[in-house]
Amino acid sequence: MSRLFRRYGAAWMALSPSVLAAAVCFYGCIAWMVYISFTRSKLVPRYDWAGWVQYERLMDDERWHVAMGNLLVFGGALIVFTLALGFLLAIFLDQRIRIEGFLRTVYMYPLAMSFVVTGLAWQWILNPDFGVQKIVRDLGFPNFEFNWLGSERMSIFAILLAAVWHGSGLVMAILLAGLRNIDSDIWKATRVDGIPTWRVYLHIVVPMLLPVITTCVVLQALGALRAYDIVVAMTGGGPGFSSDLPGKFVIDYAGERANLGLAAAAAVEMLLTLVLLLVPSWIVKFRQNRAGTA
Amino acid sequence: MNHRHKNRQIAARLGLYAFLLAAGAFFLMPLYVMLVTSLKPAEEIRQGAMLALPHAPTLDAFAEAWGSACTGLDCRGISPGFVNSLVILVPSVVLSILLGAINGYALAQWRFPGADKLAAAITVGVFIPVQVVMLPMVKIFAFVGLQGSLISIVTVHVVFSLPFMALLFRNFFASIPDELTRAALVDGAGFWSIFFWIMLPMSTNVLLVALVLQFTHIWNDYLLGLIFAGRDWKPMTVQLNNIVNVAEGEVRYNVNMAATLLTAIPPLIVYFLSGKYFVRGVTAGATKG
Repeated sequence: MSRLFRRYGAAWMALSPSVLAAAVCFYGCIAWMVYISFTRSKLVPRYDWAGWVQYERLMDDERWHVAMGNLLVFGGALIVFTLALGFLLAIFLDQRIRIEGFLRTVYMYPLAMSFVVTGLAWQWILNPDFGVQKIVRDLGFPNFEFNWLGSERMSIFAILLAAVWHGSGLVMAILLAGLRNIDSDIWKATRVDGIPTWRVYLHIVVPMLLPVITTCVVLQALGALRAYDIVVAMTGGGPGFSSDLPGKFVIDYAGERANLGLAAAAAVEMLLTLVLLLVPSWIVKFRQNRAGTA
Repeated sequence: MNHRHKNRQIAARLGLYAFLLAAGAFFLMPLYVMLVTSLKPAEEIRQGAMLALPHAPTLDAFAEAWGSACTGLDCRGISPGFVNSLVILVPSVVLSILLGAINGYALAQWRFPGADKLAAAITVGVFIPVQVVMLPMVKIFAFVGLQGSLISIVTVHVVFSLPFMALLFRNFFASIPDELTRAALVDGAGFWSIFFWIMLPMSTNVLLVALVLQFTHIWNDYLLGLIFAGRDWKPMTVQLNNIVNVAEGEVRYNVNMAATLLTAIPPLIVYFLSGKYFVRGVTAGATKG
């Protein structure tokens, strides 16, 4: 032990503040949240055990159902649209485009903007009195309806639109890097064999890019799970609570609604969603790695 | 036949460029709309041509957004938020990069038993949503009497940046052959001297990547600032949202968009000046993680 300490003591000392911070702030805080979710804590934490009360309450809570339903729709659509748009842009940019550098800069600048800025800009663009609805009406379609921000059914899709705008550039960059890593001999070989381009992409390129595609899916899903700022900036969760998401639900109940126990239960369900998301993606990666080394 | 083939190729090429340019217009549109709106006087906005260029461009909206727009009773505009964001940014960026570099170096170059497991335990933090651990952290800061202070917001930024910074630097230092460290050890160098004299001088690129990433990331934060910065240290994003979404009375769209642009400009400048490093930063986790 002392021999190990002489050799690694300095490294351990250097790591200890971060290890301590991670242990307390991540693992310790998660443990605390899990415990609080089994209590009747309101504004202040209480520590007497109350069983599954908060989870039962959550199951009966209409707003929570809306938030989870929205997460499913918003997250699913965010993955589909950012991947579709990002992949198209990456494939097209990979065709020896003259102004590639310029276009890449344009596609990616939203990533440098905060979600608050993104949300406020799109809130203005989708404003029914001045934005898209008004513009199209002025073009000679006086009955044109496009008021997603004011519609309980569509408000989550307004947020989706802004999120797709914000996040597609990242998918594009990741997939473009992946495409450039693919051996160019594959293209020569398939051209000799006369295989149509779309089939090469579908049957050869996509399987080769599966690990990076998995990463993109996980990144977007994580983004949906974490989403808070963009909801606050664009709709405030409304009209009503129609555009609520779990990430906002937790904060509202922990803060202004002063219901720590319920917020903790919701946070634990967020965490479970995260685990459900990560385990399959790790399995995919693990199998890919094994296939790669075998 | 050959001719028709060539025509088809030209058509495909045109279609390609048309799609790429249309996508470019979609991405640029919000920036354009923000800019023209912020340059218009109020009556021009009321006329309602959102996409039109301003007839009589003016910087009045910017002046008001910067210095006299109100949130509640506070009519100092967004400039206090700008100062707060700067004051939060500098120590958060420096500390998070320094700690990340030290951790990455210790984990990658000093491979003690269990180093990989420890690295995994730290990097799991990358995935944890702020919402899940935020409440107890507020309690901890309240317990030590620091909730809502500059120390608490900087600490929280550093803690939440740590997992990714450690991952980034660990990947980088793992690519440096450990013969270097071993040779330096034989020559009598220690943990810290190797770090400062051998490792850091080789890390310019990854340090720049980290710098660009942390600058944009911390500047753009809203949630941590809202919860941990208290009344005195509200960052620019929080103040922006208050000005736009909490304001009472007549909505001043041009002032709102000017404030929004002012908040977006610092990270945008960093982005345009550092394209390569920014791209490497945001894709780093994806290609190696």
